[in-house]
Amino acid sequence: MADLPHDTDPQLPPAEVADVMPPHAHSWWSHYVFSQDAKYIAIQYSGTAIAIGLVGLVLSWLMRLQLGFPGIFDFITPDAYYQFITMHGMIMVVYLLTAVFLGGFGNYLIPLMVGARDMVFPFVNMLSFWIYLLAVLVLVASFFAPGGPTGAGWTLYPPQAILSGTPGGAQSGIILMLVSLILFIIGFTMGGLNYVVTVLQARTRGMTMMRLPLTVWGIFTATVMALLAFPALLVAAIMMLFDRLLGTSFFMPALVELGETLSYGGGSPIAFQHLFWFFGHPEVYIVALPAFGIVSDLLAVHARKNVFGYRMMVWAIVGIGALSFIVWAHHMYVSGMHPYFGFFFATTTLIIAVPTAIKVYNWVLTLWKGDIHLTLPMLFALGFIVTFVNGGLTGLFLGNVVVDVPLSDTMFVVAHFHMVMGVAPIMVILGAIYHWYPLMTGRMLNQAMGHFHFWITFIGAYAIFFPMHYVGLVGVPRRYYEIGEPAFMTTPVEGLNAFITVAALTVGAAQMVFLFNLYWSSRHGRVAGSNPWKATTLEWLTPVVPPEHGNWGDDLPLVYRWAYDYSLPGAPEDYIVQTDPGPKTPAAGPL
Amino acid sequence: MQEAPLKPPSNPPTPGLQGFVEDWSSDQRAFKKVSWGKAMMWIFLLSDTFVFGCFLVAYMIARSSTVTEWPNASEVFALHIGGVELPLILIAIMTFVLITSSGTMAMAVNCAYSRARKPTALLMVLTAALGAGFVGMQVFEWSKLIHEGVRPWGNPFGAEQFGASFFMITGFHGTHVSIGVIFLLIVARKVWKGEFDRDERTWMCSGKGDYEAVEIMGLYWHFVDLVWVFIFAFFYLW
Repeated sequence: MADLPHDTDPQLPPAEVADVMPPHAHSWWSHYVFSQDAKYIAIQYSGTAIAIGLVGLVLSWLMRLQLGFPGIFDFITPDAYYQFITMHGMIMVVYLLTAVFLGGFGNYLIPLMVGARDMVFPFVNMLSFWIYLLAVLVLVASFFAPGGPTGAGWTLYPPQAILSGTPGGAQSGIILMLVSLILFIIGFTMGGLNYVVTVLQARTRGMTMMRLPLTVWGIFTATVMALLAFPALLVAAIMMLFDRLLGTSFFMPALVELGETLSYGGGSPIAFQHLFWFFGHPEVYIVALPAFGIVSDLLAVHARKNVFGYRMMVWAIVGIGALSFIVWAHHMYVSGMHPYFGFFFATTTLIIAVPTAIKVYNWVLTLWKGDIHLTLPMLFALGFIVTFVNGGLTGLFLGNVVVDVPLSDTMFVVAHFHMVMGVAPIMVILGAIYHWYPLMTGRMLNQAMGHFHFWITFIGAYAIFFPMHYVGLVGVPRRYYEIGEPAFMTTPVEGLNAFITVAALTVGAAQMVFLFNLYWSSRHGRVAGSNPWKATTLEWLTPVVPPEHGNWGDDLPLVYRWAYDYSLPGAPEDYIVQTDPGPKTPAAGPL
Repeated sequence: MQEAPLKPPSNPPTPGLQGFVEDWSSDQRAFKKVSWGKAMMWIFLLSDTFVFGCFLVAYMIARSSTVTEWPNASEVFALHIGGVELPLILIAIMTFVLITSSGTMAMAVNCAYSRARKPTALLMVLTAALGAGFVGMQVFEWSKLIHEGVRPWGNPFGAEQFGASFFMITGFHGTHVSIGVIFLLIVARKVWKGEFDRDERTWMCSGKGDYEAVEIMGLYWHFVDLVWVFIFAFFYLW
């Protein structure tokens, strides 16, 4: 079906590429299982990520049970505790957040929002999911391997990660972890190349880069970053795998274990830390930038107002993405480095606060004098802004060398990064699901369950992590199985720890209500119709809702304006969709 | 999804920075006249550059952190031919062969532009043969070193990171070359059978009657050669 574009609109440049339908599925298997449709792949990605995320959630419960009520649960041994923290961290950061934002929302929204029929290479896109699934299965397999999964901490620092004192270090736990990461990176690269090329080269007529919704900008920039940051993790994982399996000494210095001199010698553990954090710090923004983009769109739609400072928002996303590659060693202040390096990395770290603050101000200014609808997506978006500001402020503490050194490896750090890259992006993911669920299923999520879910999650998250800052400030170290009553701690924290644990259990339980809502509303939810939120962006403008294979029926959409024409004076309605050729608005952009 | 070009743009592209800005502010495509496949290969190569960059940086850190003396590359990689010790002779031949294969690849791409079916296929096969020759010599080099006792965990010449880095980096590069040889042969076979001249679409073949797959293969092949130059400089000459 390689026909010419349906009309030759003089307002728009001519079509450069013929409109071709993606290949149709021919059987039940290729339609529902080995699907090449980005929308199915998105749901497969999200479903897998949420399933493994539930494992991560249960692991956090088990950890909190030990910390809140030490000595009561016999099955939580010190080894098991270290395995729980390691797998919780790795699952949440890589296998849940990265996969949901890029594999889930990226796959679903990019083709729809840029006006493409699918990703540019659907077959490669399908492979991306199946390799990701394989990575998850290898990760899960490590729970059943002899010795269990690795307990090296999610940063997997050598030399301890591959020594026998660490759970899974001398057995297969660490091997399966590294193999799973390598698979994840290969799978992600296949998807990531697709997302980038689709945004750059497969937009519809009239869709310029500066007319893209910020959601696409966030996911696009994060994907580019991931393609440049994951190589460092790939290299680190391969080298550590060689250290463990072949006995090389890339990261292993000469050391004595249990009175026995090992055959390693001459390697540099710090080299691993540099490679890991060259991936690890961009990873923070790989998770955060899609959240930034999505939340901007949620705010604009539900406050019926254009995003304040769209161009600044785009440049802030790009700027944060670039800066995040030159800050990595602020994770290594206590590893030992030249003071001038500490000065350099502290400076670059604090400079990131500038574009980030621009974004926060612009979100607040988007709300200012807006027609704010306190819908569920809006509630989660507001929850995000507050949480992100809180988490970001403690980041200013930790970015400074002199403040970081005493706070390093305390629960303060745990509270900080859970606020800023745990709770805040999860808020956006939840808000985005409430926002786009009607598009994916044709039905609205239940409001009552939704409000219950939001308030428990929001208040509960603060109940967990606010006291945790204090626990860290009085000196409780992170990653300790049990601290007892050390002499340096003058303030008892048992009560607070028990309180945090109860709050964590409650918040986790509230997520079960959310999952039930996802299931229940898909059958009994109110029928949404097309464009229930009266949004302007292309994904709501498909001829059929939920969008079908090929997205756009016979004709691709034509784009005449930017994504944020809300509440224009004199317009008949409070929104003008991107495909409306009507009178130009000042902010609609050239073309 | 497949793409097919419609017609050349009516206006010639603006040169220089102004043209760059115009392209990026335009709709549909940021890189005008660049197909999806070619764009994807470029971005993949950018990502792969970071992989090799990290490998080389990690090697440099290992070399500077080890406490044992680093072996002298020109002695380790010398061959004893006709009673004479020739330093780096094998690696010089290997490098020559690989650079030559870049030349034949460029000629193949040039033939592909004019859609000369047989010369394109033959030059690609020649490129693949040179690439296979490179890998073959690498196998010889590996087996010689293994025979002399070089292992990933130690070697008789000095620092144990020497063998580890050597096998890891040249192995990773050799894997790239081997994958390239396989795909060169696949594309060459398609060219020979005329699949790029017909209008039907098959695997890795957009079927629009052009030879772009050859050019994309060329991008990959030149990249692998370029990476070798850096490995050669940092590992063998340093």
